[in-house]
Amino acid sequence: MKNISTLNIAGGNAAAFARQYGIFIVLLILVIFFTIVSENFLVSNNLLNIARQVSMMGIAAVGFSFVLLLGGIDLSIGSVITLVNIVAAYLMVNADWHPAFAVIAALLLSAAIGFSNGWIISNIRMPPIIVTLAMLIIIEGVAYLISGGLPIFGFTKSFAVIGQGYVGPIPVPVIIMAVVMGLGGFILKKTYFGRYFYAVGGNEEAAKLSGIDVNRVKYLVYTLSGFFAGIAGIVILSRTNSGQVLSGKGFEFDVLTACVLGGVSVTGGVGKISNVLAGVLILGVLSNGLVLMDISQFVQMVIKGSVLMIAVALDCLQHRKAS
Amino acid sequence: MFLQLKNVTKTYPGVVALDNVSLDIIEGEVHALVGENGAGKSTLIKTCTGAITPDKGTVVIQGKEFTALTPKLSVQNGVGVIYQEFNLVDELSVAENIFLGRAKRKGLVIDRGAMEQEAAKIFEQFEINIDPKRLVGELTVGYQQLVEIAKAISQNAKMLIMDEPSAPLTQTEVEALYAMVEKLKASGVTIVYISHRMDEIFRLSDRVTVLRDGQKIETLNTADTDLDKLVTLMVGRELTETYPKRNSSVSDEVLLKADRISGEIVDNVSLEIRKGEVLGLAGLIGSGRTELAEILFGFKPKTDGQITLNGREINPKQPKEAIQEGIALVPEDRKRLGALLDLTIKDNITVSILERISKFFTVDTKEEQKVADYYKEAIRIKTPNLEQKIKNLSGGNQQKVIIARWLATKPDLVIFDEPTRGIDVGAKSEIYTLVNELVTSGKAILMISSEMEEVMGMSDRIIVLHEGKVTGELERKDFSQEKIMNFASTN
Repeated sequence: MKNISTLNIAGGNAAAFARQYGIFIVLLILVIFFTIVSENFLVSNNLLNIARQVSMMGIAAVGFSFVLLLGGIDLSIGSVITLVNIVAAYLMVNADWHPAFAVIAALLLSAAIGFSNGWIISNIRMPPIIVTLAMLIIIEGVAYLISGGLPIFGFTKSFAVIGQGYVGPIPVPVIIMAVVMGLGGFILKKTYFGRYFYAVGGNEEAAKLSGIDVNRVKYLVYTLSGFFAGIAGIVILSRTNSGQVLSGKGFEFDVLTACVLGGVSVTGGVGKISNVLAGVLILGVLSNGLVLMDISQFVQMVIKGSVLMIAVALDCLQHRKAS
Repeated sequence: MFLQLKNVTKTYPGVVALDNVSLDIIEGEVHALVGENGAGKSTLIKTCTGAITPDKGTVVIQGKEFTALTPKLSVQNGVGVIYQEFNLVDELSVAENIFLGRAKRKGLVIDRGAMEQEAAKIFEQFEINIDPKRLVGELTVGYQQLVEIAKAISQNAKMLIMDEPSAPLTQTEVEALYAMVEKLKASGVTIVYISHRMDEIFRLSDRVTVLRDGQKIETLNTADTDLDKLVTLMVGRELTETYPKRNSSVSDEVLLKADRISGEIVDNVSLEIRKGEVLGLAGLIGSGRTELAEILFGFKPKTDGQITLNGREINPKQPKEAIQEGIALVPEDRKRLGALLDLTIKDNITVSILERISKFFTVDTKEEQKVADYYKEAIRIKTPNLEQKIKNLSGGNQQKVIIARWLATKPDLVIFDEPTRGIDVGAKSEIYTLVNELVTSGKAILMISSEMEEVMGMSDRIIVLHEGKVTGELERKDFSQEKIMNFASTN
């Protein structure tokens, strides 16, 4: 075959450009739209507000996109957030632990839950959707058992810095998100195990035959998913200043939507952290804009559900086209 | 004239797959299509079936000109294809498969009887001995292929495109296939026959078209040409001997010793491979050759026995451990087990050494680039760009990438499972040369092959398996096709 790469640049790159940056264009259009319909949208206060609101989603989305890359799913992250809220709150208030130790214990717990998901999925070979759904119910139950369904509050002031503090004009949660996302990007691009995520997600058997310890990769990915959800949980706890059994409810849905919007394929093997950030921001801008426009919560649900449906549909259509 | 391609051009990013190709298929002929991997055969088939739309040019079927042919239109106009991978559902019966998606019905209920009768009629016409009620999953590959052909005939196919139909078949099944092709021809069906096997092209075809680098080189009357001419046209240069000589000798030192290994199919197998040796592993499909290789490689569990490598017992529980011990396996099923199709060529070359070239979990990207560049040159992977996805490469080049991946792990023993299946003449000879280079440098090779000539041409010694057991061992001076076949089919 002849090499005509020079000739083909125009046609090939338009499609590639759309795939790569289309999501940022969508974000831009949304921003322009809300700027026009609401005068309160494009003001620095509101923008920082959006950034702070999405930061928890952004933190959890890193681990979640790893799981999607593997071709799996982790429905338990919302419950992990809830449990982390309850456990950390309980340890600080009822057991009188220092916040630092309570945070560490809660994060270790979230990582352990993630590891359990990964262990069951790879050793018992159960479908990830069932394993993590069962886990969701189990740990939500545990959260209720610990708290009796009641909120736990009364933390020391210093703990509030994580969720409510600022460094200069930037909210601390936004900084945590930036660090976590940077770490996520580094893992995917630079580390060997990050590169394994793509190989395993693309073709598990071939990856195994190439010398990748597939089970270990799965343990790692689900552990990271639990761990990052745990960090998001701590930020939420610090923001709301009260441990509540509903704090993580439905969180997995927003995170899934953000990841798929950000171009992480639900069939595994394809995705980038920078685009996930765009997905997270789109969802944040959408929620914020709809609130500013005073659109009811129920209408918002319809809109968000439709966004997920469309995002997954586009992903699937692209796959069909490729094959 | 049954089908014509007029000035068809199709480009993919970076390559011209078909370059202004015109082709006439005469009604009732067997028209062979030959060319190296990447010559454009697949693209040409897809153009005829409407699976892709060419950038330029048209397809004319029985006088009707199509600029945008679709798969549905091509079927309606009598074009059928038998792909290498069958579109059959194992859990359904033969008759149900033949009428898949067009099930005959009585009211709301599927009319099994009518479908079975219809299927039986087609089988009778072509003297095929299959019970339409049997499940497709119970049939051998050869019979499944006949079901595919019957399916196409039941859709009134006037022309059948057969894409390397003999590749998955055993010797006896191949004979049955040839008979089928002749019967189809006798009943007036036009056939386009794609193959890498020169003997069958001369046996079956009336005319043969040679493609190279996306261009049509020539269409010849098969009777007026010969093997050398055809190969020269395909490759564009004169090929040296098929199985290049080695000027190295096998060392006395045993590299790998398998002692009474058992596992899936494999039953109490013992063998030794010496440094610098090519050990051929022959046997019929299902004789346990692939399974034995996968057990040695830790991909399938070993239930009994002992493996010794370099005098030390090893017990790989997964490929990762076997690789660390210095074993590599180039698998038979490239698409399923070899290529990571969504990744780049570079990623595919380096995936097995990423951990080795990492510091603090971070991949040394300079080293990675160096390794990929080195193997691209060393084994002549034809690509403009290592960042391209591997799925854009031809089969032969994909195979080279997979081999590069394994050579990068610096193995002592390389197991090749059907290394040249579905690969063109040129790439084949390059792979043989590579095997020779490997043994000359003191590595050992275990080579599984269904092609008698290949296994005899390349091996220093051959071990034959039958139903999981070693039934014979031959030294080079004793090689003969009959002996191997005898061992392979003894009870």
